[in-house]
Amino acid sequence: MTGKTAAAERPKDLMGLSEEEYGRVLAILGRAPSLTELGVFSVMWSEHCSYKSSKKWLKTLPTTGPRVICGPGENAGVVDIGDGQAVVFKIESHNHPSFIEPYQGAATGVGGILRDVFTMGARPIANLNALRFGEPGHPKTRHLVSGVVAGIGGYGNCVGVPTVGGETNFHASYNGNCLVNAMTVGLAPADRIFYSKAAGPGNPVVYLGAKTGRDGIHGATMASAEFDDKSEEKRPTVQVGDPFTEKLLIEACLELMATDAIVAIQDMGAAGLTSSSVEMAGKGGLGIELDLDQVPMRETGMSAYEIMLSESQERMLMILKPDREALARRIFDKYELDCVIIGHLTTTGRLVVKRHGKVEADMPIQPISAQAPEYDRPWTATPAKPKIEAASVPAHDPATALKTLMACPDLASRRWIWEQYDHLVRGHTVQRPGGDAAVVRLPGSSKGLALVVDCTPRYCAADPEAGGAQSVAETWRNLTAVGAKPLAITDNMNFGNPERPEIMGQFVGCIAGMRAACTTLDYPVVSGNVSLYNETQGQAILPAPVVGGVGLIDDVGKSIDLAFKAAGEAIILIGDTAGWLGQSLYLRELCRREDGAPPPVNLAAEKRNGGLVRAAIEGGIVSACHDLSDGGLLVALVEMALAGRRGFALESKAKGDVPLHAWLFGEDQARYLVTAADPEPVLKSARVVGVPAIVIGKTQAGTDLTLDGRNLISVEDLRRLHEGWLPSYMAQEL
Amino acid sequence: MKSAVIVFPGSNRENDVVDAIERSSGKKPILVWHRDTDLPDVDLVVLPGGFSYGDYLRTGAIAARSPVMREVIRRAEKGTAVLGICNGFQILCESGLLPGILLRNASLKFICRNVGLKVETSQSLFTQRYQTGDVLSVPVAHGDGNYFADPATLDRLEGEGRVAFRYCGTDGSVTPDVCPNGSARNIAGIFNATKNVLGLMPHPENATDPLLGSTSGRPLFDSLVDALA
Repeated sequence: MTGKTAAAERPKDLMGLSEEEYGRVLAILGRAPSLTELGVFSVMWSEHCSYKSSKKWLKTLPTTGPRVICGPGENAGVVDIGDGQAVVFKIESHNHPSFIEPYQGAATGVGGILRDVFTMGARPIANLNALRFGEPGHPKTRHLVSGVVAGIGGYGNCVGVPTVGGETNFHASYNGNCLVNAMTVGLAPADRIFYSKAAGPGNPVVYLGAKTGRDGIHGATMASAEFDDKSEEKRPTVQVGDPFTEKLLIEACLELMATDAIVAIQDMGAAGLTSSSVEMAGKGGLGIELDLDQVPMRETGMSAYEIMLSESQERMLMILKPDREALARRIFDKYELDCVIIGHLTTTGRLVVKRHGKVEADMPIQPISAQAPEYDRPWTATPAKPKIEAASVPAHDPATALKTLMACPDLASRRWIWEQYDHLVRGHTVQRPGGDAAVVRLPGSSKGLALVVDCTPRYCAADPEAGGAQSVAETWRNLTAVGAKPLAITDNMNFGNPERPEIMGQFVGCIAGMRAACTTLDYPVVSGNVSLYNETQGQAILPAPVVGGVGLIDDVGKSIDLAFKAAGEAIILIGDTAGWLGQSLYLRELCRREDGAPPPVNLAAEKRNGGLVRAAIEGGIVSACHDLSDGGLLVALVEMALAGRRGFALESKAKGDVPLHAWLFGEDQARYLVTAADPEPVLKSARVVGVPAIVIGKTQAGTDLTLDGRNLISVEDLRRLHEGWLPSYMAQEL
Repeated sequence: MKSAVIVFPGSNRENDVVDAIERSSGKKPILVWHRDTDLPDVDLVVLPGGFSYGDYLRTGAIAARSPVMREVIRRAEKGTAVLGICNGFQILCESGLLPGILLRNASLKFICRNVGLKVETSQSLFTQRYQTGDVLSVPVAHGDGNYFADPATLDRLEGEGRVAFRYCGTDGSVTPDVCPNGSARNIAGIFNATKNVLGLMPHPENATDPLLGSTSGRPLFDSLVDALA
């Protein structure tokens, strides 16, 4: 073995390990590592795989609940939804690869998260994504939007999993680091979940799926470092996706999972064969011996190092029961996929890797995880921003402000994006993209799942704790607004360099806010992903703790959307309006200020107000519902009018002493708009539970939007502005 | 009505059409894997939507040469009803059962949305439950739906009443600006000469359930039940 003969000579390139970490490697092995061994340590101890900077804080999130079958630590979270079924879901980032090569980066992001879900025995039933790009005027932005959207569509459409929802933001802080977070939701029998813990020494280790090539070598290491001006040179670390093979792999795995052949299974994601073999054997307290000559390869002359670190896509590793080999082979033959025994489990507790008959790695498995570095990185709290008084903010004409806001990059219609995604395949999409949350029916059932992703990075930057709580609360509100009972979340923590105390402070603050929100709302975290080092030349992104929420609807026929349904219905505002303009889009888009403290989040009010709304939807006493978020009250009303192709007459007398512009555009939390032919039952139930609810106007026929009897603008004029921005931008007209 | 849905590697809307047929006929179609060379005795064969063979080479090109297709072609020539939806339409064109070809969308982008669809003739076993001129709302979901044939072929299709559906506006107007993909003469679906084979790009199977919005694809399956039961 090369390591032994190389004695204690320190390699020139530590592959991203620090000197201190390299010292640990020497202590564990008692000698210098071989190239392959160093590669294994490098990827396993990368930030991406080891969570070494974030683990301490992630542990503080609530992860259990009466419905939680499996929380963080497996490939995806599992939640009981009754009737013997479980929902399996996770979100994962592919930020760094997508910036380097947007189509393949985004496509393989979708492929990777799909595998995380079906490896647990779940049929993927929906995809979502959260995207963040630089400012529209930046020369790279259009190219990234175009490539990322095409990549997500290219992969998701082909595998036949509908992409039902998502969100997209633009901000200059993402000029050098876009964010691509992909979420998959699957459905499995609650008593047939597959885990990655290996068992049974001697059992065969089986390689499934596509062949191994030289793509993506050291992808996990690349994703654990900042970008510099040579990022383009990292293109070879990006993987190449083949959704056709993935589709076959899904079908073959699910067919095999319906039998009793599998002991354990795990996808080969980041760090490929290395992480899948080390994690499976490690969880089972066993050793594993691999003969790399047996690995199906699509290139010749691959070394042990390259095979162990390749991140070629559409591959799985499985521990099979010894006498089920023929059965597995028959199923994989049907789909014309490789199914090859490449090794076996041992009792030695060691990872032994052979290539051409030579031992290329022989290392203890337990210390790789047990002695992995874990850092308590220094952090400084983000300084509090002053509250901005509404009276100090200029009052713009409401119609003018509305025209600006509805066509601004962060509020303009995303139709150009989601029409490139097949959001209907499988034939169960009840609520399509464009509403508060997507709703997908469960096949053969009257139940449905509501799905959403959300985050407001500008709030998180200004006050991480409030922003973290708001991200969780907004998804909870979105699910509530379609009539769902929120079940649990998955989180994707996108931050800058954790070695900088102010960035670590953002992370710590966001976690604290999320913990509070998840606890109060009985809304545990069941899976997640951390992406750090989203920085280019020292410029960090706005922190984005993206939250993916899943809710359950008992009778999907009772779910409602945001569209006005008829003329003459009362419009009811639920929740308190203080007119909070700090960090609002009004302040940013009309006053060119990104400033002030973000709106406070009152979790008790969230819970109370949401409970009322959900009960009203279940009781059938409201006809439409929309949560209030970016842009505030008037923007939310316009979104309901656009969806329903009807106008409204708004009365401002309910505003009390709040200045009109703050009442119309403030972003106070815990608020909803509902419509009802008869408002009395809603108002009455609100009084009973002490929730603020007030009639602020009514829907009307035609397209006019009026404020206190004065005509503001036609909803069709706003539609042209709202729908026009993104297509015009992408067609390079702007 | 006995029916079979052919599943190719990469098909992904086979269950959507199974559900639609079951809604209309009360009977579940038989799923047939592409390697099977003999088809069960059925009244209707469906080639479903998806990305057979990953759309590699050309959409539908590899599937058209799949073992099961020899038998599908033989049955079609003997008069069995064959319905090809989306990728199924592409396969029918590549197999020679229907004239013309589906090119990349004119926008060069995948497009998923409801479109207006005008029924060009109620004179077929697929469309007899519609009135000629009916305007439907049915989703499309494709990247290669741009129907192309030479003018002589298009004239012949029109002259023989073999255009089944055209893309149209909500008022039924057939103009280029309402065509989602650049198809020649807004053609969305066509018959073979004996009108027992229909290929179309839109997804009527995704417009058969009131919970999911439009039900205007339902009469297509009801028509088949009437004709073949």
